[in-house]
Amino acid sequence: MPFALLRYGLANGHPDAPHMRPRPELKQSYDVVVIGAGGHGLAIAYNLAAKHGITDVCVLDKGWLAGGNTARNTTIIRANYLTPEGVRFYKEAVDLWRGLSGELEINLMYSERGHFTLAHTDAALRTARWRAEVNKHLGVNSEVIGPGDIKRICPTLNVSEDVRYPILGALYHPPGAIARHDGVAWGYAKEAVKRGVEIHPQTAVTGIMVENGRAIGVETDRGTIRAGKIVQAVAGSSSLVAQMAGFQLPIRTIPLQACVSEPVKPILDQIIVSGSLHVYISQSARGEMVMGGATDPYGLYSTRSTLDFKESLMAHMLELFPFMGELKVLRQWAGMADMTPDFSPVMGLTPIENFYIDAGWGTWGFKATPVCGVRMAECIATNRQPELLRPFALDRFHAFDLVGEKGAASVGH
Amino acid sequence: MKILTCPVNGPRNITEFVWGGEVKPMPNAATATDREWTDYLFMEPNTAGEIYEWWLHAPTNTWFIARRDTRSDAVLETMTADAYFSRTSERQV
Repeated sequence: MPFALLRYGLANGHPDAPHMRPRPELKQSYDVVVIGAGGHGLAIAYNLAAKHGITDVCVLDKGWLAGGNTARNTTIIRANYLTPEGVRFYKEAVDLWRGLSGELEINLMYSERGHFTLAHTDAALRTARWRAEVNKHLGVNSEVIGPGDIKRICPTLNVSEDVRYPILGALYHPPGAIARHDGVAWGYAKEAVKRGVEIHPQTAVTGIMVENGRAIGVETDRGTIRAGKIVQAVAGSSSLVAQMAGFQLPIRTIPLQACVSEPVKPILDQIIVSGSLHVYISQSARGEMVMGGATDPYGLYSTRSTLDFKESLMAHMLELFPFMGELKVLRQWAGMADMTPDFSPVMGLTPIENFYIDAGWGTWGFKATPVCGVRMAECIATNRQPELLRPFALDRFHAFDLVGEKGAASVGH
Repeated sequence: MKILTCPVNGPRNITEFVWGGEVKPMPNAATATDREWTDYLFMEPNTAGEIYEWWLHAPTNTWFIARRDTRSDAVLETMTADAYFSRTSERQV
């Protein structure tokens, strides 16, 4: 072991992490106010400072750093979507993920595992072929493989026909990855603060000040702030913040539940997903089996867990991985997901001038963090909808130009 | 919430029901502008608090309305659609 590391470990004092320091006093005005200190909000703040030289930025959050869905997702990163608009967008995300640990100088434990979307019906297999063709056309590595190849790559998976829903094939996406979600927020926060961005946790936004169709500031429980531009990145509460600014969103807030098993030695390298069974699973670096399912069957502003969810999840999980019968559930939680009618996000300009939105992230937000940071910062700095975000603009709903993304997690095919 | 009381079939397991979303006032299809119509189709109040919402008891194909708090998940009452709309006819729904 290097002595420097040993000396550091035994030292009495350690430098504070700059992004973990107590909140500073709020200034009276900022060039940009970001509402929401999750991965997305922090990534936007970092990119504004690092790529556009806009450093007079403050990030507000009613809770704490990365305490929302950044901490509650199942960390899966992939680009094997169905629509060309979606594939193009998430491909840029995956390209950014690969260099992100270096860019943020923090180990995100980005780990490419290979991602399997299992097909148990002819219809699901047809969607898998469709996705593979769209993916290949846009330069994303995906192919459809049969049960024999699945078993060869992932020997722990039960591919026998002696189950309720036998596996007919899978969409195999080798670049599929997982990463350490908290580290993503800390990395963006650290690099943003280094460039002059202020982060204010425990500062709730209570109102948006709008004059003649222009956003001019925010009211908070610590006082009023003038702002040149405002962006909201508050998954779960998106509708409530947008309504403060005076417009409605095509979003329903619905809980998404997840859980982890007790940690065990490495037994599952891959990420296994089944859209038909509404389950997904991967093994974290800590050894825990990270599992999730479909969103709850009705809307709710709560992060409670239910037995129904675990019963249906485990019934399918035991068929896929019979050894899981030996494992106990260690933790369970839920996040409030922004569900849109077309399973695609809502990003960019809004009916209010100088007010921008990053919402509608349903069950697909974590993987988009880096690309959202880059493109939303571009949108805010130039006041124009970037080409890549054009299909995801809020006004698509008024033009009946939806982006039906059936490649989203937990969407049945 | 594990049991929901259908106003026609009585208390049943929640798995028998399908959620239909918040009750929204429907514009007049003959006179509505495109903007009003797409707002009605896609935009949601997404209220955090008490709402009136549609539910379907799937086995009997019975649509009805519940009043529920979307923060506590407490169902406060359920009623037939007729009862709801006769009660709220002056409420512009």
